[in-house]
Formats: sequence, structure tokens, C-alpha cells
Amino acid sequence: MTISSLLNNLSQSLWVWLVTDVLLWSLFVLLILSVVVILRSPLQRAVWQKVFHQRLAVVSAVLLAVAASFALLDSIHLREPLPRATQDMPVRYSVEVNSVLDLLLVDLRKDHEKTYSAPLAVTLAALEPVTVSLPDGTIEVRREAPRLKVAGAAFPPGPVDETTYWLDVVQRADLGAVGGALFFGVLGFIFMLLRRISSKNEQTNRIAWRWVAYTLASLCVLGGIFIGLSSNFHVFGTDKVGQDVLYQVLKSLRTALVIGLVPTLVTLPLGIALGLSAGYFRGKVDDVIQYVYTTVSAIPGVLLIAAAVLSIQVMIDNHPEWFATAVERGDIRLLALCIILGMTSWTGIARLLRGEALKMREFEYVQAARAFGVSAGQILLRHVLPNVFPIILITLVMEFSSLVLAEAVLSYIGIGVDPTMFSFGLMINNARMELSRDPVVWWSLTAAFLFMVILVLAANLLADAVRDALDPRSEGQS
Amino acid sequence: MFAYILRRCFYAIPILIGVNLITFALFFMVNSPDDMARMQLGVKRVTPEAIQQWKAERGYDKPLFLNESAASLNQLTDTVFYTKSLTLFAGEFGRSEDGREIGREIRERMGPSLAIALPTFVIGLGLTVSLALFLVLFRGTWLDRTGVVLCVGLMSISSLFFIIGGQFLFARVLQLVPISGYASNPLVAWHFLILPVAVAVIAGVGGSTRWYRTLFLEEISKDYVRTARAKGLSDAVVLFGHVLRNGLIPILTGVVVVIPSLFMGSLLIESFFCIPGLGSYTIDAIAAQDFAVVRAMVFLGSVLYLLGLILTDLSYTLVDPRIRLK
Repeated sequence: MTISSLLNNLSQSLWVWLVTDVLLWSLFVLLILSVVVILRSPLQRAVWQKVFHQRLAVVSAVLLAVAASFALLDSIHLREPLPRATQDMPVRYSVEVNSVLDLLLVDLRKDHEKTYSAPLAVTLAALEPVTVSLPDGTIEVRREAPRLKVAGAAFPPGPVDETTYWLDVVQRADLGAVGGALFFGVLGFIFMLLRRISSKNEQTNRIAWRWVAYTLASLCVLGGIFIGLSSNFHVFGTDKVGQDVLYQVLKSLRTALVIGLVPTLVTLPLGIALGLSAGYFRGKVDDVIQYVYTTVSAIPGVLLIAAAVLSIQVMIDNHPEWFATAVERGDIRLLALCIILGMTSWTGIARLLRGEALKMREFEYVQAARAFGVSAGQILLRHVLPNVFPIILITLVMEFSSLVLAEAVLSYIGIGVDPTMFSFGLMINNARMELSRDPVVWWSLTAAFLFMVILVLAANLLADAVRDALDPRSEGQS
Repeated sequence: MFAYILRRCFYAIPILIGVNLITFALFFMVNSPDDMARMQLGVKRVTPEAIQQWKAERGYDKPLFLNESAASLNQLTDTVFYTKSLTLFAGEFGRSEDGREIGREIRERMGPSLAIALPTFVIGLGLTVSLALFLVLFRGTWLDRTGVVLCVGLMSISSLFFIIGGQFLFARVLQLVPISGYASNPLVAWHFLILPVAVAVIAGVGGSTRWYRTLFLEEISKDYVRTARAKGLSDAVVLFGHVLRNGLIPILTGVVVVIPSLFMGSLLIESFFCIPGLGSYTIDAIAAQDFAVVRAMVFLGSVLYLLGLILTDLSYTLVDPRIRLK
């Protein structure tokens, strides 16, 4: 799809703001704001330079940023207008809700094969009876793998010769790689220009920028190769209903990020407020809060989530009139899952912060503030909270990866995201029976595995780097 | 000591009542029993009479908290909350959707669950502690760094992949072990158990090894270690004789809390390997939306967790003589 038709499409469509879209974008704005705050304070900047002094942290951050940009593009939803018979008819919108990412990937989304096909294949994975009319006029039924509808359309019909096939693959990959490299070049050039113009901060982190460039360059070339190959093939093959697996993993990124990030919107306020006040006020307040979090953590997590999701599922099923489209229903279920995950995971951070507040209330500066008559709320907000901020941040980043992993497990049990959505857990769940097919269908699982491991590994490595830089106790160790 | 345990058990009661209230709220107040009946009966057979009968069969047709039509004390006892939630304290779990007694199912399924969970726990603990010690022995070298990166890598892989990959490789391609199943005869059962235990151990090894490594490193930077080294003891003697013993204290007290919960089994492993334990029972109940079973398992899980907390406190006094329980 060309850019102009895309823009045209955007201007005429009905915008649909799903709740998780809004939340994801607000989190993004929050992130930008905190980056601005960090850049302004020299102390904070020094700490973060320490984080990004590590190569792995830089690479991880770039990978996460790329994943996040896919998720953000996938978080602008719209309903395209249906074609009208005459101009004066009222505009009606399609019930299909698409995201901007869907529109960009329209070729991957719309072109379905019949069923499984291997990565870069031009034929289906399984043999099917095909009628062939022989030259002498007789008709014979053979069992062979039929050609795909979409992939390999550049080749003439009939069996594809090995050399032509590989020549085509290499050519498209090369073209894509060159395109990706050019794109990176243009990107780098613009960036250099911008830096020339605003060359005020001398002390830039040279190692960091070099590794940002390396990572981005490899991603651009890789992306170029994927785009090049996608023009004639399915890079990761197709699944049972013939849908492109690459499209599915790209769509799954958004679900993973929503699951990893949105629960913290529940965890943080609960954990911070309850944890700090339990530790600071002690006595009765502490007793009550401790009772609440022991009760919540006594319930096995999976079962609590299952119970809550089942209850909400019943509620959603009994009120179909609440939702205009299937996507909105799936979104509400995703949101509910996030809230429940947040409600079950705040106990850890609350316990941690309670301990910190207990220690901190005896510190001189807190006692001094109390002696001056500063109110408890002010003390907690101005003196205690900023000092526990590193702990909160480290817990957040570590929580992210465990939440992404938890989604896969929950979707397998059947209490995860709505089956109409895309997620790594659903992909794995669908793929686990495919390994016992003949021929073995390994590509869905492999693709989900690759993307999920890269995402979680990046988050884990970044968490490690953040902890090393922010946690004073780990100074000099490891 | 005895008085302490008794008091802790009394403390557990309000928490269990809280757990009961939360689950009760989730199951009966977010959705009325009518909704549940509709779900269970399916779309076709929903008539007001069918719903009434479904509720009456299961005793869900009573008022939630207060029965105004009953006499005196029965006002409180003849309610859903009393008959369905408070009876759990007496160990009466009721019947599941298919009419079986939940209490009996739980007793029968504990064995297979333990057969998986206990070896996994023991082997896993031994392996991770040894690995962590190994990394600490080579601290600061490339071996240590590679080990830590490997641990982070293992942590980043979903346990689903370990299970699916293990089943595919060892059961399907190499055909060394059966793909899934269980036998109550121990002579045959180990065939079925070896793969799930191995998979569960490997899936958990990354995170714990890294965690124990930091604990040991913290221990190694203490003064008594420096004294021991100054006396001329070798690195290995210090590590195995002193650091191991002291480092094990936080590790052991940390794992004690999960010991009672081993009875609950492992959800994923049991359901993938078709082991008739409590984990697969729970998963099946969730899939069938069998609320009675889920409620029973929530209660059982919280009891075992609270038991774990009490055991943790006791274990502190056993390993650290400075701590006295009052």
C-alpha cells in the first residue's frame, strides 16, 4: 500500500481508541516525560550514563524500543469506511477494527494460504491429491504438494526449479539488505545533522551511541531482508489457517508489552501507598496492611487469576451488548487480565517498601523533618519516596519479564488473553500439537520462541544493568 | 515454642477467613449463581426451571449471607456463605460438577503430585546450590561471567518451551522415554517421571542459581571469611566449610515456605505429561469452569502457604540459635 492511500485511508476512517491503546500511549508519554526530567538533572544523568555504559544494556534498550514502536503503531485503531453506493448515503464503517500496523502490513495480513507452509516455501507443507493431465490425454491423480496461492507468485506455475528459486531468494534478500542499509544511512545522516545543529552537550556517551548505531544498523538490514523476502515468500511460513506467522509475531508484541506494562499501573499505586504507610506509621496501620497482603499472597496466584478471569468471562459473555466489535471485547478482557495481574503482584513491592520505610523513618533527615512539623504525607512524598525510587524502578523492570512469561502460561491454561487476539502464549498453545504432525510443523513455535526470548532477554539484561547502576549495595560486585 | 506455634495457628484463621471472603466475592457476588448456571448448562438448555434445578441440586438457591425466612441461628447457617465457604474449614469440599467428591479426589491425587514435585525440589535445590557454589569458586573469571549470562538466558525462556522442546526431543525424536503418562507402580513410574522432573529442574535452574550466587557472594565479603583466609585456610576450605554453611541459612529458610505447597503439584508439568495429580486437576477444573473445585483448591493452597510461613519461622530458630520465638 502506498503512503498516500494509507493517509487517505486514515483521514476517512473512524478512530477507535481502545482502553489499552490509551494506557499504552499514556505510558509512552510518561516515559518521555521522565527522560526529560532525567536529562535535566545532572545527578540522574550521571546514573543513567552508568547504565548505558554497558554494551548489553544499550543493545537491549534499542531492541525494547523497536518492539515498543511496533506496539505503539499497533495501538492506533480505526474502522475503515465501507464503500458507498451513492455520495449522499450516510457513511458506514466496517466492523473490522484495524491498527495502523495492520494497514502497513496489509500484504501480510490479507494474503492467506490454504494451510501450513514452511518458511520461504512455495508449496504447501502437506501433500494433496492433484489431478494432472498427461500429454497423451489421460488424467492422473498424483499426491504432491500444491503451489501456494500468494507466495512464489513471481515464478511461473508448475514445479519451481532449484536454481531459479535460490537465485530469487538471494536476490530479494540482497535487495532488501541494501534497502535497509540505505534507510539506516539516511537515518544516521539526519541524526548527524540534528546533532551538528544542537551540539551543546559535549559529554556524550560515545560507547553507547556506537552500540546504538550497530544495533540499529543490524535491525535495519534484517528488516530490509524481511521486507525483501516478504514480497514473494512467507518468511516464517504460515499457520493452520494459512496466516503469515511473521504477521502474528509482530502483532503479539503489542499484547506482550500491554501485559508487561499495564499491570504496573495497578501495582505501583497500591504497592507504594500501602508499603510506605505500613512501614512509616507502624502500629495498627501496619497490622491491617500486613493482614491484607498476607491474605492476598496466601491465595495461589494462578488460582486467584483463574477465579477472577473466569468471573469476568462470565460477565462479558452475559453482556454482549456492551461491545460494538469483537476487538473491543477482547480488549476489555485484556484490560481485566492486566488489572488482575496487578492486583495479585503488588504484595512483593509492598513488602519491600515496608521494610525500607521502617529503616528510613529512623534516619536523621526524616526525624529532622518530623521535628520541623512537616506532615506525614509530605515526609513520605518528599523525603522517603525519592529515596526508594531505585528499588521501585528495578522491581518494575524485573516484573516486566516475569509478566510476559506469565502471559504464555496463562494463555495455555485458557485464562489468558482472548483467543481472537494475537499473543505469544496463544501461538505456543496452538503450536504445541503441530510438532506431532507429519511433516513436523516447527516454524510457528520457533518464531514465537525467538521473538519472546529476545524480548524477555532484553528486559532481563536491562534490569540487570539498571540494578548494577542504581543499587548502591551491588557496587564493586560481580 | 508450642505456645508460639499455637498462636501462629490462631493468627492463620482470620487470614483464611479473608481468603474465603475474597473467593466468595469473586464467585458469588461478581456473578450471581444464575450466571454460573447459564454457563454450565450451555446456551441450548437454559430455561428458568433448568436454572432453578441446577441451583437447587448444588445448594446455590439459598440467600448469600442472611436467610430471613429461617429460624434463629439458621438465619446464618442456611446460607450459601455458610454451607459453601465456612464448611471448607471442616475439610468438607463438596462435590465437583461431575458429581465426584472433591475431598477424595484430592487425597487420591496428592501422591502423583508429590512423585513429581518432591524429586524436582530436592534435585533442583542440590543442583542450583552446587552450580552457585561453582560460580562463586570461579568468581570474577570468564567462567563466572558466562555462567551468569547463561542463567539470565535460561530465565528468559518460557517453561513452556522447555516442556515442549523436551517432549519433542527426548520422547519423539530420540524415543528414550514415553511422551506422557503415569503409573502407580514405582518400578514402572520412574520411566514416566524422569523427563518431567528433568524439564522442571532445568526450567527453574537459571533464576535460583543466579539468586544463590548473589547470596554466597554477599556472605563471602563478610569479615569472618577474611579472618579464615588470613589464618591460611585455602579458598576451597573456606568456601565449603564456612561460606556454604552460613550461605545455606537464607537459602533454606527461603525454600521452606514452598515445601507444603509441593502437595499442590505443578500445573504445567502435570498437564503436559498427563500426570493425574492436583496440578492437572486444577487445570481441568479451570478449563471446565468447575467453580467448586477451584474454590477448594484456593482454600487448600492458602492453608499450605500459611503452613509454609509457620515452618519458615520455626526453621529460623533451628538454623540460627540467636533467634528465639516468643
